[in-house]
Amino acid sequence: MEIGMNFKETELCLGLPGGGGDISKTSGKRGFAETVDLKLNLLHSDDSDLKENVDNSSSAAGEAVPLKDPVKPPAKAQVVGWPPVRSFRKNVMAKQKSEEATAAFVKVSMDGAPYLRKVDLRMYQSYKELSDALAKMFSSFTMGKYGSQGMIDFMNEGKLMDLLNSSEYVPSYEDKDGDWMLVGDVPWEMFVESCKRLRIMKGSEAIGLAPRAVEKCKSRC
Amino acid sequence: MAYSFPEEVLEHVFSFLSSPRDRNAVSLVCKSWYEIERWCRHRIFVGNCYAVSPEIVIRRFPELRAVEMKGKPHFADFNLVPEGWGAYAYPWIAAMAEAYPFLEEIKLKRMVVTDESLELISKSYKNFKSLVLTSCEGFTTDGLASIAANCRHLKELDLRESEVEDLSGHWLSHFPDSCTSLVSLNMSCLGSEVSFSALERLVARSPNLRTLRLNRAVPLEKLANLVRHAPQLVELGTGAYSAEIRSDTFSSLADAFSACKQLKALSGFWDVVPSYLPAVYSACSGITSLNLSYAAIPSSDLVKLISQCQNLQRLWVLDYIEDSGLEALAASCKDLQELRVFPSDPFGAEPNVSLTEQGLVSVSEGCPKLESVLYFCRQMSNAALIAIARSRPNFIRFRLCIIEPQAADYLTLEPLDAGFGAIVENCKELRRLSMSGLLTDRVFKYIGTHAKKLEMLSIAFAGDSDLGLHHVLSGCDSLRKLEIRDCPFGDKALLANAAKLETMRSLWMSSCSVSFGACKLLAQKMPRLNVEVIDERGPPDSRLESCSVERVYVYRTVASRQRLDIPDFVWTLDEDSSMRYS
Repeated sequence: MEIGMNFKETELCLGLPGGGGDISKTSGKRGFAETVDLKLNLLHSDDSDLKENVDNSSSAAGEAVPLKDPVKPPAKAQVVGWPPVRSFRKNVMAKQKSEEATAAFVKVSMDGAPYLRKVDLRMYQSYKELSDALAKMFSSFTMGKYGSQGMIDFMNEGKLMDLLNSSEYVPSYEDKDGDWMLVGDVPWEMFVESCKRLRIMKGSEAIGLAPRAVEKCKSRC
Repeated sequence: MAYSFPEEVLEHVFSFLSSPRDRNAVSLVCKSWYEIERWCRHRIFVGNCYAVSPEIVIRRFPELRAVEMKGKPHFADFNLVPEGWGAYAYPWIAAMAEAYPFLEEIKLKRMVVTDESLELISKSYKNFKSLVLTSCEGFTTDGLASIAANCRHLKELDLRESEVEDLSGHWLSHFPDSCTSLVSLNMSCLGSEVSFSALERLVARSPNLRTLRLNRAVPLEKLANLVRHAPQLVELGTGAYSAEIRSDTFSSLADAFSACKQLKALSGFWDVVPSYLPAVYSACSGITSLNLSYAAIPSSDLVKLISQCQNLQRLWVLDYIEDSGLEALAASCKDLQELRVFPSDPFGAEPNVSLTEQGLVSVSEGCPKLESVLYFCRQMSNAALIAIARSRPNFIRFRLCIIEPQAADYLTLEPLDAGFGAIVENCKELRRLSMSGLLTDRVFKYIGTHAKKLEMLSIAFAGDSDLGLHHVLSGCDSLRKLEIRDCPFGDKALLANAAKLETMRSLWMSSCSVSFGACKLLAQKMPRLNVEVIDERGPPDSRLESCSVERVYVYRTVASRQRLDIPDFVWTLDEDSSMRYS
């Protein structure tokens, strides 16, 4: 029944060129099974028919365009149960990941050492603990005189200059701004937050850092 | 006139048959053998709890001592089976409590176990020895407390990967001081802390303890004390494996491990601090099984550990091992039989580690005894699969998961049909296969043609048409379990191979193209198959019969097809074979 425009003609349907009118328009996955079935009875109870059907469809595959709906999976996050990782494992990994996010691993290099190390700054509560740990890692390294609280006494320019003039190793770190600083300037917690990597260098080389360190401290306080 | 051996002699002969298959075969020889056998069978294995009823089991086997049973289909592990589907242990436990007062062992997998069930177990069986609950759920630590308190002769309590509602760690303290019979304790899936002193005393008074798997809450500092009480341990699962780096903790741990001369298996290693790994080095030469699949250890540290374990037969590890680590594994562990590589970041868009198909190629080439593999990766090629198949024709289990669904061969952009085809063609003893990646009907033709010993097949996002399913159902002679998701398989292949389904344990199809009409027809044709339509959209007959069902689970059964615990989203055929579902 045509009402106004001839919708039937503009209707999309898949089939052999030149008609193939008995393929009714279907939508979605369901249609595919019907096209395989073309002229055959869907509810045929005779098993031997499938072989026939199947042979028909394999030869027809080259001609008719089957309404194949390759099951395209939705965006990764939405596919239930894929990849097939057990919930138990997923839960454990998720827990570990969220805890890992609070770990603060930084690379530690020491001038002259052949390889770098990594430390998790959150494993330590103070500069002294870090110093001990680093000392174990790089046994020829000492952190020098750091005062009772493990912090360089800035106000005493003289002490600072002594340290920096010696051949002892001094730890420095790169902070969030990308600046290289002397370790020990700031309270421990602040240090852990801002430290991105550590470098243990000879005192004499570190001398360039100190004035900047002093400057930065002055601007912060 | 039949001459026959006296029953006692036959019974004695049968007592040498332990495998259920042998026992089943024997019982089919003749009526008298069936009778004799059923009276002397002490262990049974029920692969699908709905394939049979407790009444039928109890009627046939009056003298059982050990029952092993599985419940939900495998895809339940990946949340494809809705909550409340079934597999309740209680009806079995209750029926067996009456019938088998001398029951000693219960082993359940993927079943719902309540505290009520656990309490019933603890109070009904005077000689109860072993409870193993794998991937089970539905109980709390209160249920565990009943088991601990009441099972006087308990040897084994193993809760592998079960989901337990953790009310408190107090359950462990319910083991009475008189309990000294423990051989195996696996509490690794539990979250809360148990009383460490109770645990220590329990371990100390259990001279037969061979397996101890701790949970994450047991800190590393305490591990050495525990291990020192049990130098006879064969399998140890550590708790959290991290602590501040202190030399006294380390040496105490290393000493404890060096006293364990029988240690064969290690697992646990939650939250690893790699500096503590060398503490186990003294035990490594005897280690045959390592489960590091929850341990975030960088490749270099993994390699150091693994290269100490020359006798390693089984390794479960995260993909942090990377291709380089697998190459090292291939070089040092020539006895390796089983490898599982799990993804550390399965939902990440980009690869976070350098693990590719190359790792699997190296291990296949280098480990002549490798027969079982589970491998997650992000790229694969036909060339690699063909190489793997050629190096390792002795694969028995091959499970490959390429993380991106329908990922093609990354070199040629072709489907991976040829690669998997090579696997089934070369590995003639293959019993289990899981596939992934871009696959057409062609791969199923190869499988149907070559995989004659295949017992379990898992398919996802693969195939083009019913032809694919037809190849598998008509060709795989040994097929027992088939699980399919998101494939364009529909009615024709299913109906044409209906008889095949009765020779299998089960068939699972979800998000495929199976119509409700076909399900009904199948159920009508095959009275010994239970065809469960699992659909959360409401009654299937509110939609067209030609509409695809969300999920269908088909399994053979001698029990009633209308299980009493059926939830409202599952439909099976009415008993009176009417065309409507109840």
